[in-house]
Amino acid sequence: NNDVNKGVILSTVLCTDELIIHLIWCLYSSWWGGVQMGPPDPILGVTEAFKRDTNPKKMNLGVGAYRDDQGKPFVLSCVRKAEAIITSKQLDKEYLPIGGLGEFSKACAELALGADSEVLKSGRNITVQTISGTGSLRIGANFLSRFHGGPLDVYLPKPSWGNHTPIFRDAGMQLKAYRYYDPSTCGFDFKGALDDISKIPEQSVIMLHACAHNPTGVDPRPEQWKEISDIVKKRNLLVFFDMAYQGFASGDIDRDAWAVRYFIEQGHNIVLSQSFAKNMGLYGERVGGFTVVCNDAEEAKRVESQLKILIRPIYSNPPMNGARIAATILNTPDLRSIWLGEVHGMANRIIKMREQLVAGLKKEGSSHNWQHVIDQIGMFCFTGLKPEQVERLTKEFSVYMTKDGRISMAGVTSGNVGYLAQGIHAVTK
Amino acid sequence: IVPLAVSVNRFEVPQAAPVAVFKLSQDFSNDQFPQKVNLGVGAYRTDEGQPWVLPVVKKVEKIIVHDDRLNHEYLPILGLPEFRSSASKIALGDDSPAIQEDRVGAVQCLGGTGALKMGAEFLRRFYNGNNNTKTPVYVSAPTWENHNAVFANAGFDDVRPYKYWDAENRGLDLAGFLGDLESCPEHSIFVLHACAHNPTGTDPTQEQWMQIADIMMRRKLFVFFDSAYQGFASGSLEKDAWAVRYFVSMGFEMFCAQSFSKNFGLYNERVGNLTIVAQDADNLKRILSQMEKIVRTTWSNPPSQGARIVAITLNSPELFSEWKDNVKTMADRVLLMRAQLKAKLQALGTPGTWDHITEQIGMFSFTGLNSKQVEYMVKEKHIYLMASGRINMCGLTTKNIDYVAESIHETVTMVQ
Repeated sequence: NNDVNKGVILSTVLCTDELIIHLIWCLYSSWWGGVQMGPPDPILGVTEAFKRDTNPKKMNLGVGAYRDDQGKPFVLSCVRKAEAIITSKQLDKEYLPIGGLGEFSKACAELALGADSEVLKSGRNITVQTISGTGSLRIGANFLSRFHGGPLDVYLPKPSWGNHTPIFRDAGMQLKAYRYYDPSTCGFDFKGALDDISKIPEQSVIMLHACAHNPTGVDPRPEQWKEISDIVKKRNLLVFFDMAYQGFASGDIDRDAWAVRYFIEQGHNIVLSQSFAKNMGLYGERVGGFTVVCNDAEEAKRVESQLKILIRPIYSNPPMNGARIAATILNTPDLRSIWLGEVHGMANRIIKMREQLVAGLKKEGSSHNWQHVIDQIGMFCFTGLKPEQVERLTKEFSVYMTKDGRISMAGVTSGNVGYLAQGIHAVTK
Repeated sequence: IVPLAVSVNRFEVPQAAPVAVFKLSQDFSNDQFPQKVNLGVGAYRTDEGQPWVLPVVKKVEKIIVHDDRLNHEYLPILGLPEFRSSASKIALGDDSPAIQEDRVGAVQCLGGTGALKMGAEFLRRFYNGNNNTKTPVYVSAPTWENHNAVFANAGFDDVRPYKYWDAENRGLDLAGFLGDLESCPEHSIFVLHACAHNPTGTDPTQEQWMQIADIMMRRKLFVFFDSAYQGFASGSLEKDAWAVRYFVSMGFEMFCAQSFSKNFGLYNERVGNLTIVAQDADNLKRILSQMEKIVRTTWSNPPSQGARIVAITLNSPELFSEWKDNVKTMADRVLLMRAQLKAKLQALGTPGTWDHITEQIGMFSFTGLNSKQVEYMVKEKHIYLMASGRINMCGLTTKNIDYVAESIHETVTMVQ
């Protein structure tokens, strides 16, 4: 068989018709002849290219994974403590319910909405455990695609996380955009955003990054959020919040959830995706939540039943390990305290790196205005570098980042911030 | 000012029916009857009726917790490399020529369900043309209830049954099965149970598999194996993988969705693997690159804990040996319960033949009880089983087997 597949013709052997048909079929057809090589993932592909580079000074500023000041992955001590507690309990490994670990979902919702939220008291939210932020967005997209009564158009800020577009598209929705980032200021295009949002057809879906906008790090100020809420309400839009960095932006979990809570107070029945990849360092454990804020508990029950129908044919039920860790941390007062401290610590280190990068650029003699590096918030910085400059930075300095000029500040350390300043100055002077 | 709530009727969301097997467990939980028995959901139970975390799994978890080099970073999109390759070896055999020819690849997925999902999504996009949602997907009659939904949700318009279970004779309807293979549209996709068919416990013999393979090759049908019970069925990994390996040796380009939920007892860690057998390394490369795109928009990258446990176990000769023993323990207990249930029914003189209890293999048995009889079992005897008459043999213990046998006897004699 294999010889035939490689094209060796058995010309001198007498065969039956069936055998000939079989041989010819093997010779000429693969089901997959027409499958093209897919392009490398723009974000995760950066890490793969980084790994192949042999330059000892190389820097990976691609994927948003936190690093400590030695450039090492950081396992939070509250996570280690939670793991020890869990191990000692000798739990079984029985399937979780489709909607996930109950104690996790409850704590996840409380973290986002605030323990005193009227939504939680009235039971009018449904929160399910999901496969981190991506899984949450995907379930949300599938849910909207199936049940949303309005246009299946999702308006993303321009720019947005690269994976938003294919997720919603795969789920059968159309992608549109509203102005968000102003390249001339490296800040928020507030006027442009309001202008565009005011023209969005009613009942469309609008995606808002709750805090630490990815990729720009540019967040609206509270007064700006208020105006956005008003116009969104006027246009009767369905709000989809993506909150992947709660705690990571300002260092304070309540402050980072302010926009989400404000919108709910204002009467928006939002849908919300949460991730614990960054703020608990649980990246590979895939811990997330998806919440639908409904009119009442009865609607929440109906929505829950339909979410289960969506989840079951994708992965049946979610993985336990990460959710158990997260639930243990959130529900054990000591661990929760430690966690809040560690999140604060991570956010602070990033803020410090921002300051040091700007100081470094000044020292190099850069004449550009780098204030935006300090004004932006969260893990990412939209440097303002153009694709050609990014390419030079990668080729000449082995600094790996995404083409849009985004760098993950988490990959910057006091040890390499000087080198980074050198590189950026070299390609921008 | 009263905040204006956003449009009240945004969602027309009807209440969905609960998934039957979970509702059954729920009802069982709520039942106060002291002698109640749960023969519903497919999870292994010890003779004490308890879940069983495999001793080798406990050992490996300790290793992981104490290894300071490990962290919680993202896995690659396609999963943990040492998991993927060792998992595929388990299915195809260490010395598989296809593996040696570099034409076997894998995607780590969320359980067997996730592996089926990824395979289905890929097929819908790239098989039999591009986005050919009209390609028929055949699933056995009956089959695991989620098969239909997985393929339908992946976009296939036409998910149909192929004849499989002969209710009258309580065995495989081979003629019907082969007939469907002969008459189906060319290029149809067939979901085959590698062993321990769920829910009937009835597998084709080796000769029968060879007949099936012949027709599938001749009629250019796509082979998609679902392997959720390797090792669990007969107690032997090799024996349970015979069909998959035979088809590979025939030269098929095929998929095999593997689950490690049952044979590793890792149900809630969601450990699965989609093994891809391609014609050559170049095809494989392109397939995997497209799989990455599908994974990225579904879950980005898979969970690490369960895959680590399996990889460490499979890649260590001692742990691997210990695992095989653990698997055999589970398989042997099931075989014992089968033998005892049949013996007791025969001793009671229960009407009907009960050979199928020991002829069937794996976790499940299709008892042959009809829906009225099932209802009686549940309501009157507090013995919970699926409406199809499917029982989970693992729910039987030396303590409850008499009660179950007597109840079946009573049901069959009282209810027709």
